[in-house]
Amino acid sequence: MPYNYSLEFEKDYKELEKKLNELKELAVKKKIDFSQEIATLETKLDGFKEERYNALSAWQKVQIARHPERPATMDYISALFDDFIELHGDRYYRDDPAIVGGIARFNGIPVTVIGHQKGKDTSQNLKRNFGMPHPEGYRKACRLLKQAEKFQRPVICFIDTQGAYPGVEAEERGQGWAIAQTLLQMSHLETPVISLVIGEGGSGGALALGIADRILMLSYAVYSVISPEGCASILCKDVSRSREMADYLKLTAHDLHSMGLIDELIPEPLEGAHTNLEQTYKIVKDTLQVHLDELLSCSIEDLLDKRYQRLRSIGN
Amino acid sequence: MLLRDLFNPKPRKKYITLPARTGESPALEGPAVQTCPSCGNRNREEDLDNNFKVCPGCNYHYPLTAGERIWTITDENSFQELNAGLKAVDPLSFPGYAEKITKVQEETGLEEAVITGTATIKGEKVILGVMDSHFMMGSMGSVVGEKITRAFEQACEERVPAIIFTASGGARMQEGMFSLMQMAKTSAAVARLHQEGLLYISVMTHPTTGGVTASFATQADIIITEPGTLVCFTGPRVIEQTIHHKIPEGFQSAEFLLEHGMIDQIVHRRDLKEFLGKMIALHR
Repeated sequence: MPYNYSLEFEKDYKELEKKLNELKELAVKKKIDFSQEIATLETKLDGFKEERYNALSAWQKVQIARHPERPATMDYISALFDDFIELHGDRYYRDDPAIVGGIARFNGIPVTVIGHQKGKDTSQNLKRNFGMPHPEGYRKACRLLKQAEKFQRPVICFIDTQGAYPGVEAEERGQGWAIAQTLLQMSHLETPVISLVIGEGGSGGALALGIADRILMLSYAVYSVISPEGCASILCKDVSRSREMADYLKLTAHDLHSMGLIDELIPEPLEGAHTNLEQTYKIVKDTLQVHLDELLSCSIEDLLDKRYQRLRSIGN
Repeated sequence: MLLRDLFNPKPRKKYITLPARTGESPALEGPAVQTCPSCGNRNREEDLDNNFKVCPGCNYHYPLTAGERIWTITDENSFQELNAGLKAVDPLSFPGYAEKITKVQEETGLEEAVITGTATIKGEKVILGVMDSHFMMGSMGSVVGEKITRAFEQACEERVPAIIFTASGGARMQEGMFSLMQMAKTSAAVARLHQEGLLYISVMTHPTTGGVTASFATQADIIITEPGTLVCFTGPRVIEQTIHHKIPEGFQSAEFLLEHGMIDQIVHRRDLKEFLGKMIALHR
């Protein structure tokens, strides 16, 4: 996949990378042997990258989590599952393209898949409303959850949204009510549920797909009660302080893992999931399989009890 | 000459005389007055107290403190607080949060944004939770989530109805993901209450927003509000910032919600106790 969009903190070494590539081309064209120089430079560049990525600030991780080329729910669905059949509509009002869902096979087992869907370009994003669902999105999710329960299918959710859409129609149709019903439904759904935060987990709109027996997160994903921008604008009345807020909110996968709020952190390729899709899909698939196997070996009563106790223990 | 002057021949003064304020005669000071934020009526506090803190002019419902709410809704001396003494911790070491909590505790005399307890309403035993918007806008952090959850659990244990008066600005940012997860925790507790077949009434009071609207406030069997209450997931200011134009007057008000099918009834504050008593009796 072409990797065109570079983040602010990547710009300096991207420049270096470009120069290196030019040198390589030149070497080929002019038939000069630069191989030693190139090797030295490559090692240096790799060291530089590693250093940079191992010391990312929370704000920089937010940028990676929002990267437009980062794989989205549909990418994971087509890479990790077979026989996916998309199911549309909430049966009350309309279909919300900001949440996708359906039935598929995961390593042979039929599962229900639900996830927020962001677009990769402007036209897709307009269709998907930038991955910000309306109430009908949550009502569709609710419907698919109930269906999964009926047919005893495990559920796998992908979380990737800035939040539920803050608009007039969404409010008119009961955004709060729709999210609340999804939370209620998930908290006692009689089938195993795994939620994976693949990009941005923003507030209640993300949590609506996030009550699960296992909560997993990609290493550069973020999950927060409010976006750093929202927090800065409310607390400081100054959006330019978002970087600072990103630190305070403890929204990175590492922070949440160390606070015991998520079960597992799935390591991404050094420069982010989008820079090595094959590696990303493989590790995600393997990790999901491990957790799914564990959950399938438990009784439903046991799962529900543990699900309750887990929530019960947060901030008690 | 006007007609009335024929019947009232005393010459009218164009001004009145006020006695000089000496400071030693408090009796001469006028009664405490509150201007109604809705109609601008100047209401005497005494009158407001006798009218459930509702403006006699326009029916504006002044926000009540949790204490006032408990006093107006429960049978005399029936309220017994549960889980008092739970105080917020600062799980993220969020700059300024600990100091803010201490300050608000001193100012309001409250420990947190909700008071829970057992009480009787018209002789019916209930578990009651009352949120107070004077405490950090009634925002939900771990303590609020925990007290609400324990209230639902207590209701299951005692097999009595749960009644929650909500008032909240949403999740408490300074507790980060811990506060977001309180939405999940309280929802799970409501689910258990429903499975037990117990009654849950949610009374949404001004303002109920964000994470509280999107969790236990709207998961009740019966949802009512007081007149004029603002209930929303996203507040009007944020919506205006998103869509870049003004939203209409009355949007997200109790009356709007009733029209859109989101709540069961709007109940005037003076009828609330009666309503709750009747509703609980119907579920006995």
